[in-house]
Amino acid sequence: MTVLCLVDDDPASLEALTFARKLVAQSHEVQALTLGGEYAPEAWAQAVVEVAAEVVVAAGNDRGSEVMAHVAARLDAPLAANCVDARVDGDSLLLTRQRWGGSLLEEARLLGSPKLLTVAPHTVAANGVATNVTELTPRIDEGVRVRVTRREQPEAGTVRLDTARVVVGGGRGVGSAEGFALLEELAGLLGGAVGGSRVVTNLGWRPHADQVGQTGARIAPDLYIACGISGAIQHIVGCKAAKRILVINKDEHAPIVARADYAVVGDLHEIIPALVAELRKAKGAAESAAAAP
Amino acid sequence: MKTLVCVKRVPETGARITLTADEQEIDTTHLGFTISPHEECAVEEALRIGGETTVLTLGPRAAEEQLRNALAMGIGSAVLLETDGGDWSAEATAAAIVDAIRDGGYDLLLFGNESADAGNYQVAVRVAHALGLPVVTGIKGIEVRDGVVHARREAGGGWEIFELSLPAVLAVREGLNLPRYPSLKGRLRAKKTEIQIVRPEPRASRLEKLRLVVPQEEPRTVEFLPDAARAAEVLRELGLVTG
Repeated sequence: MTVLCLVDDDPASLEALTFARKLVAQSHEVQALTLGGEYAPEAWAQAVVEVAAEVVVAAGNDRGSEVMAHVAARLDAPLAANCVDARVDGDSLLLTRQRWGGSLLEEARLLGSPKLLTVAPHTVAANGVATNVTELTPRIDEGVRVRVTRREQPEAGTVRLDTARVVVGGGRGVGSAEGFALLEELAGLLGGAVGGSRVVTNLGWRPHADQVGQTGARIAPDLYIACGISGAIQHIVGCKAAKRILVINKDEHAPIVARADYAVVGDLHEIIPALVAELRKAKGAAESAAAAP
Repeated sequence: MKTLVCVKRVPETGARITLTADEQEIDTTHLGFTISPHEECAVEEALRIGGETTVLTLGPRAAEEQLRNALAMGIGSAVLLETDGGDWSAEATAAAIVDAIRDGGYDLLLFGNESADAGNYQVAVRVAHALGLPVVTGIKGIEVRDGVVHARREAGGGWEIFELSLPAVLAVREGLNLPRYPSLKGRLRAKKTEIQIVRPEPRASRLEKLRLVVPQEEPRTVEFLPDAARAAEVLRELGLVTG
């Protein structure tokens, strides 16, 4: 069984590679392929097709999903999207894959060849490093109609929601767009990013890019601080990969409390300022200790 | 400008998902139905771009409800690719859509990036490939100028911009726009609009669903903290307070 894994320089790729290695169980080596140069999904897919592997695995992120969809269309083969587990069963693969953003799982059998899979991000603990990597710059010929023609870089100094160590999320309980100033302050002290629930982005309190949830960002920070968020399934799907969750909410019976490690029950408009004051005090003490001779 | 929007009828799941006894479907006895937020934005974008608009879905007869909602928002006409219900694979869905629209003369085909339920991330790309059209996915900004679509996608905290010449296919994300609510006039018009019904042939997939499983979440034990001072201590213990 020849197994090819598309590898980019992001954590999701290493998760996909870990998944692929577990699938072949050391009996075969996974061939890792890093595609470089200008991103052009048609050209990248053609490069994958030309390898002619029996199994192709990629991360279920934007690029991985897009390139694999092109590969599947070219080969008229099924693509099992967002797998969380797979094992070999004779000529077929027995898969478990996410539906509803992971709030439901599907067990499925993938037959025939080639077998194409994407791996749901944040579901596999990545280990090891990429080895046996082939680097390739796909040829961009006249048949390639779609490619990145321009990029806009993020503003300098912004903490990215998808890679932040700490995310402070706000929901309807924050009350207004202005109310997010409190969350910004807390996030700033922790070097974190601010996110919001779908309610908040639909109300225009935050830009959609800040949404944590099934139709927004899926985050996996060390700590997610959920403020005034009740915890609809669509939101939980986006934050459940957080290592720890701290809830600040008036309602101790809010669904998100059942998903939390810590909860402070009360009004976020009182608790966050108090927390900010405590953190400033601690910072001040540390700084004056450092400044002491 | 002639635009087609493809949508999918899905149940409105509540706080807990319950399965049917055969573990093949979600038990929808007590659930309403909707389309995914991505698709609502696709419908809105078609209206924003203007011109002749059509909404299409593949699903059971009851999916007329989702078509009529799009008509009520202002979409001009509707096509139902009627099935007996149940899951259609991404390959079969794409093939049925291609058969139905091949001669439609559409300039722009809009899809949601992934359906809320199956999340296959591929129907738009398969349709584009079969029709020989350019396609890009994950789009959160569209501008059509002089026969060229300028499409934006979030990448690494910034944006990637693609330019595609029409006709083209785009799979879009929520955040592209804020969808409007249907007007009363729109609802009345939607009721009277005749829906074109086609019955496509199903086709087997090499990806077979065996059963659905509601995942067992690892139980988390919540520690209630009495106040902000204790919360600050916890943040310190977790090593998250720097300085």
